[in-house]
Amino acid sequence: MEDQVLSIRNLNAYFGDFHAVKNVSMKVYKNTITAIMGPSGCGKTTLIRCVNRLHELTEGAYTTGEIFLRNNNILSMNPIVIRRQIGMVFQKPNPFPTMSIYDNVVAGYKINGIKIDKTEMDAIVESSLKKAVLWDEVKDKLRQKGVFLSGGQQQRLCIARAIAMKPEIILLDEPTSALDPKSTLKIEELLEELKKDVTILIVTHNIAQAARISDYTAFMYLGELIEYDKSDKMFTSPSDPKTNEYLKGCFG
Amino acid sequence: MSHFFSKERRSETIFRWLLLSSSFLIILIIFSIALTLVIESFPSIKHNGLSLLTGDIWDPVSEKYSVLPFIVGTFITSILALIISIPFSIAASLYLGEYAEGKRSSIIIKSVLDLLAGIPSIIYGFWGLMVLVPVVRKFEEILGIPPLGIGIFTASLILSIMIIPYTTSIAREVIRLVPQDIKEAAYSLGATRFEVIRDIVIPYAKSGIFAGILLSFGRAFGETMAVTMVIGNANYIPKSLFAPANTMASVIANEFAEATSDLYLSTLVSLGLVLLITSLVVNSIGRFIITRFYVK
Amino acid sequence: MNDFPAYRRREITDKIVRIAIYITTFTILIPLLLIFGFIIKNGISNISVGFLINNPVPVGEEGGGILNAILGTFILIILSSLIAVPFGITAGIFLSENSNKKYAQYISTLVDVFQGIPSIVLGIVAYVWIVLPLKKFSAISGAVALSIMMLPTIIKATEETLKMIPYTLKEAAYSLGVPYHRTILKVILPAALSGILSGTLVSIGRISGETAPLLFTAFGSNILELNIFKPMNSLPLLIYNYAKSPYPEWHELAWAASFVLITIVFIFNLLASIGEKKWKIKF
Repeated sequence: MEDQVLSIRNLNAYFGDFHAVKNVSMKVYKNTITAIMGPSGCGKTTLIRCVNRLHELTEGAYTTGEIFLRNNNILSMNPIVIRRQIGMVFQKPNPFPTMSIYDNVVAGYKINGIKIDKTEMDAIVESSLKKAVLWDEVKDKLRQKGVFLSGGQQQRLCIARAIAMKPEIILLDEPTSALDPKSTLKIEELLEELKKDVTILIVTHNIAQAARISDYTAFMYLGELIEYDKSDKMFTSPSDPKTNEYLKGCFG
Repeated sequence: MSHFFSKERRSETIFRWLLLSSSFLIILIIFSIALTLVIESFPSIKHNGLSLLTGDIWDPVSEKYSVLPFIVGTFITSILALIISIPFSIAASLYLGEYAEGKRSSIIIKSVLDLLAGIPSIIYGFWGLMVLVPVVRKFEEILGIPPLGIGIFTASLILSIMIIPYTTSIAREVIRLVPQDIKEAAYSLGATRFEVIRDIVIPYAKSGIFAGILLSFGRAFGETMAVTMVIGNANYIPKSLFAPANTMASVIANEFAEATSDLYLSTLVSLGLVLLITSLVVNSIGRFIITRFYVK
Repeated sequence: MNDFPAYRRREITDKIVRIAIYITTFTILIPLLLIFGFIIKNGISNISVGFLINNPVPVGEEGGGILNAILGTFILIILSSLIAVPFGITAGIFLSENSNKKYAQYISTLVDVFQGIPSIVLGIVAYVWIVLPLKKFSAISGAVALSIMMLPTIIKATEETLKMIPYTLKEAAYSLGVPYHRTILKVILPAALSGILSGTLVSIGRISGETAPLLFTAFGSNILELNIFKPMNSLPLLIYNYAKSPYPEWHELAWAASFVLITIVFIFNLLASIGEKKWKIKF
């Protein structure tokens, strides 16, 4: 039995009257990549935004149910505390435009006013950039603005920024949808390496991507979790006919 | 650690409170301005009654106050200024929005308008007094009317220069909003540029141009220094366009610091109240038209 | 080819209108050249180092300068900015942060209306609020009037710039566990700095030439005055008082002072437009 990090229990998420995530329960295991796939509007992004409590920032949005990070219910914790333990990478690369590459990586410390000394900070920057496979490309221009990097590099910078906080989990919301195939491949490769340190939850509408990188896959449709299983099983013999149709490209 | 987060939470609360209270303060300031003027106007309204608006004598010595001459003076000066400036602002906005749109050569007129808009009112007034007044005096000699130089006409002339940049910038924005595909459709039917302007651009932009003119009118209304220096400061209802007169703003500028009695001062404040109300009404109508027809 | 003459006529009309519009447009150059020509010619011929570093002297005496007015202008600018900038920025943040709420839209409209208040009216208000209770004219009362004039511009500049900042930036900060106030202060405001700064500079350019609200607040003074609770001179006030005087030598000083004032105003305007372009943040 693998070590479970995250346990989602009867989670419902709403935008006002709209029921976006319907009674979802699933477990996420340590040092794995779990992919959440489904057609657009199926609630997959909303689901992971509940995990770091970003969902509730939208006007009129709320959640019911429980999400346990080990023994603590995320939904009843201080969102600021929980967001520092769970990193997130977004669809569009969003490095901080006023900050250098170096400052972007340690932004979580700097903006939060967490004091650490220079050598430790240098070490965090180097190791985070190395894990994000960006170090070799930027080590000579750490003081330059992050926004002058290419799209793929910017997205890896955002990954470095997330892992610099040493989170237990990182959430990725279609991180490669705005990138070219080459940059996409690079990010997929680094995620394979990254899962040794951190548990990864990735939202994708790209079936092939889910199949390539994930250990577990969840399939959502119209807010419901239709099927959740090991990826090997899911992509070879799905148990739900809807999953089967989706994998064959019948909808979405 | 939990101490740290409770501190953060407190700072966050303070910060949100600060944002809220600063906006509250803005509302407070606006209402205090109106309230201050109303309260300070009471003695004047009580003493003068309706004759404040209906009479035609302004004589602080005998404590007879009517603001009508200044209301008339303000309207005549501002309307004349608009009439002088409109051909120029419309031509310039068509030039910038149509003929030179996107061309490098438009930089000249853009800079001219920016520079004109940046000149302080006091400098317009001083220049008017030193340069324009003698010219107008010559002109009046030729026309055979008393060659004063100063008066409504001179004030309107200066005002018209001052408001051209303002009207033009609003009219230009509106002209730019005319959908390109409609214009192209007209061109494809063989219309000339003039025909496109006459039949497509002007009909589409006319309410916006009107609003721009109205906003400039509001600006001309409240303009003080340039007018004060060349209008001649005469406290009666003007008989001709070349006669010296006073606007609401220019009387306040001239007499406020010298107003000796409380009643005199209060009457000047009530004049300020009339000025505030009229310019807010004009401004609000202009803004209403622009948001109504052109935003989104 | 029956309609050929008609087409010719249309073409000619088109040409005439074009020429008329060009001529009318370029006529606007004339007043500008005349104003600048006179100010530069009369200003430069009357300007000297002594003029900039001496205080005014009574009429008839040789020399004399405008140091007190230059210093007064800058003191008034600093004082008004100290009052207006913090309030303007915080109010602007509030309006953009709540831009989807009805009440914020009402306040935003109110601020637009605010822009239409004639400056002389603000002079009256500052007189009632400050000059009357203190029983004397003072620089601080002038600064209050000027700061109220600055507020709408700064609020609008802040609000508009913040609205342009992509929401993803805020999400990035939130996802790192950054609390609201730090997100705004350390991420959003720095990204909006160029817009806010240029809005502030525009408003400074505007008030530095403003006279009407100072006539019965800061009032003016012939001596060098640094106490903000006493009457203080400023360049526009000095130009006004000299222009009204019957003495040609004071008119010459007023030309020179106009030259200095217009230089100051245009430096602020120039900085504002440079700031807008150069410091613009790329997202």
